[in-house]
Amino acid sequence: MVGLKIKKRREPLVWSSCLILLGALALSLAVSAILLAMQGKPPLQAIALLLKGAFGSLWAIEDSLIKAVPIFLCSLGVAVAFRLQIWNIGAEGQFALGAIGATWVALRFPDLPGFILLPGMLTMAFVTGGCWGLIPALLKLHMRANEIIVTLMFNYLAILFLDFLVYGPWKDPVSFGFPMTREFSASAIVGKIGNTGLNWGILLCFFSGIAMWVFFRYTRLGYELKASGENIRVARYAGLPYDRLVILVMVLSGALAGWAGFLEASATVNRLQPSIIVGYGYTAIVVAWLARLSPTYIGVASFLLAGLRVGLESLQLDLQVPAAFGGIMEGLILLTVLAGSFFIDYRIELRKTS
Amino acid sequence: MKTDLLLPLLAATVQSGTPILYATLGEIFTEKSGILNLGVEGMMIIGALAAFVTAKFTGSPILGFFIGGCAGALLAGVHGLVCLGFQGNQVVSGLALTILGVGLANYLGTPFIGQAAPGFTAIPVPVLSKIPVIGHVFFNHDILVYFSYLIPPVMWAFFRYTRWGLGLRAVGEYPRAAAAGGLRVIGYRWAGVLAGGYLVGLGGAYLSLAYTHLWTNGLTAGRGWIAVALVIFAFWNPMRAIAGAYLFGGVMAFQLRLQATGTHIPSSLLLMLPYALTVIVLVLSSWKELGSEAPAALGVNVEPTE
Repeated sequence: MVGLKIKKRREPLVWSSCLILLGALALSLAVSAILLAMQGKPPLQAIALLLKGAFGSLWAIEDSLIKAVPIFLCSLGVAVAFRLQIWNIGAEGQFALGAIGATWVALRFPDLPGFILLPGMLTMAFVTGGCWGLIPALLKLHMRANEIIVTLMFNYLAILFLDFLVYGPWKDPVSFGFPMTREFSASAIVGKIGNTGLNWGILLCFFSGIAMWVFFRYTRLGYELKASGENIRVARYAGLPYDRLVILVMVLSGALAGWAGFLEASATVNRLQPSIIVGYGYTAIVVAWLARLSPTYIGVASFLLAGLRVGLESLQLDLQVPAAFGGIMEGLILLTVLAGSFFIDYRIELRKTS
Repeated sequence: MKTDLLLPLLAATVQSGTPILYATLGEIFTEKSGILNLGVEGMMIIGALAAFVTAKFTGSPILGFFIGGCAGALLAGVHGLVCLGFQGNQVVSGLALTILGVGLANYLGTPFIGQAAPGFTAIPVPVLSKIPVIGHVFFNHDILVYFSYLIPPVMWAFFRYTRWGLGLRAVGEYPRAAAAGGLRVIGYRWAGVLAGGYLVGLGGAYLSLAYTHLWTNGLTAGRGWIAVALVIFAFWNPMRAIAGAYLFGGVMAFQLRLQATGTHIPSSLLLMLPYALTVIVLVLSSWKELGSEAPAALGVNVEPTE
């Protein structure tokens, strides 16, 4: 009798992560093509359009880079929490709160010069986003409340709060009924770099990315975080400051997502409006997992998934594919990567059983 | 309070709570076996779409209801495959499932937005619906509601008195000991995932076939996540799930009525009620030591042994 046996590898395969990601992407594209065909869209054409729309021209790449910025920031935050096995699903809500905080500063002090106003908005976004991450952390530590559900509920609450503000107290009197605040003053807007569509917010990405990398690699706290993530009980036993780490990661997580929200409001739409909420917080989770929670790979992964979004816009325009298709692709990619990661740690071999 | 206001509100509470009840019961069943399936929101909305489309094209809401469950089970099967087959992280897999399920339902459902399908209508139970207050509140609904009354006690008895139920619980608490005792852990967990997914799909089907007879985007509005929280509130006990489901049904029904009266409270703030309540309920349930009601091996994959 011949059967399949699953054996754990002694050394996890290293180069296989890349292979698995490629395989996962290929599989997801294949399934997506089938789904498109089911709705009567030409599958091969659609996939080609998707890829071309994402990376096929200089503007496409620029567009992808622009979208990668908020995804990168959110994802960095999500990854740092996931490292501690704190499942922060709340990036979407923390993004919204960051935008709200920055908007409050922008609307309250429109006449301050940019070099005061922008850091002020940045700080406020850090505070409000950070608080929106802090509360679930405190609820988890003191009341044992499951952070997955709390952060998720906080997403709904944050988005509804944003709606409340733009339909109500902060509504622009001359907006013809559309829900939005009035436009930010020029000093509250993060400017574009030269002639490109990119804004200076990309500096935030470099700064946070490098800071995070240094933190994990060279600081003691970073090391303690990684160790605590591996095994919580052992970490506590070894005297590592688990509670403080939880608070740290959730505040950082929320603050980074908050910065992403600030950039979207200030640089991309120059006001606060519900349309800035497009699911970056959830894409960030996919990115973080694809990047195996490592700051070094998050850059690449966010660019990839940002490209996916941009390519999807071409599909929407040219083939009338509904926007929801993006969720399908992201979900598929994550699932296939999860399944494929099996082969990093295990291998299958044929065994003869008598 | 006036009876002519209260009674319809209570009846609406039951109707509104029923999809949440189905979903909560399904997730309880899955989690008892040790598998955490966070894809409830995705499974619910896929179930809703499948049920809707089936009823629309076959004209049979009953068939639609049945197929809705199957769709939920199918999606749950993906989660089972990733976690049980490929040792995938259960939390992330469930999240991916939600992202996929919601996207899939919105994408495939686009041609049907705003359309109606044959659905279930209220059928008063012959004698029982005449009982003064209780009759109108509990026995003046569609048959899916009546069906939902049967599931909690059956599930409770299943867990408590049958060998299979005991086996399922064992697999969720101490899988290694259960395996040593000869139980097929993977088999029980698959059963947990699929049957649980089926019930969740039924909850979604209720939304598109009975609660409304329409299809729109975002039909579930986070009910799937509320169900996940309610599993904790119910301490993994199917009978207690009823209380939780109707609590939320009541809040949602109340909030709808309040909005309809043209209140000055902005609708965005009113809409926050169910989500805020979920947090409160979760915090209060988890606070006491009773969080230890959770199946001990919940969320932990059993690694394949040599």
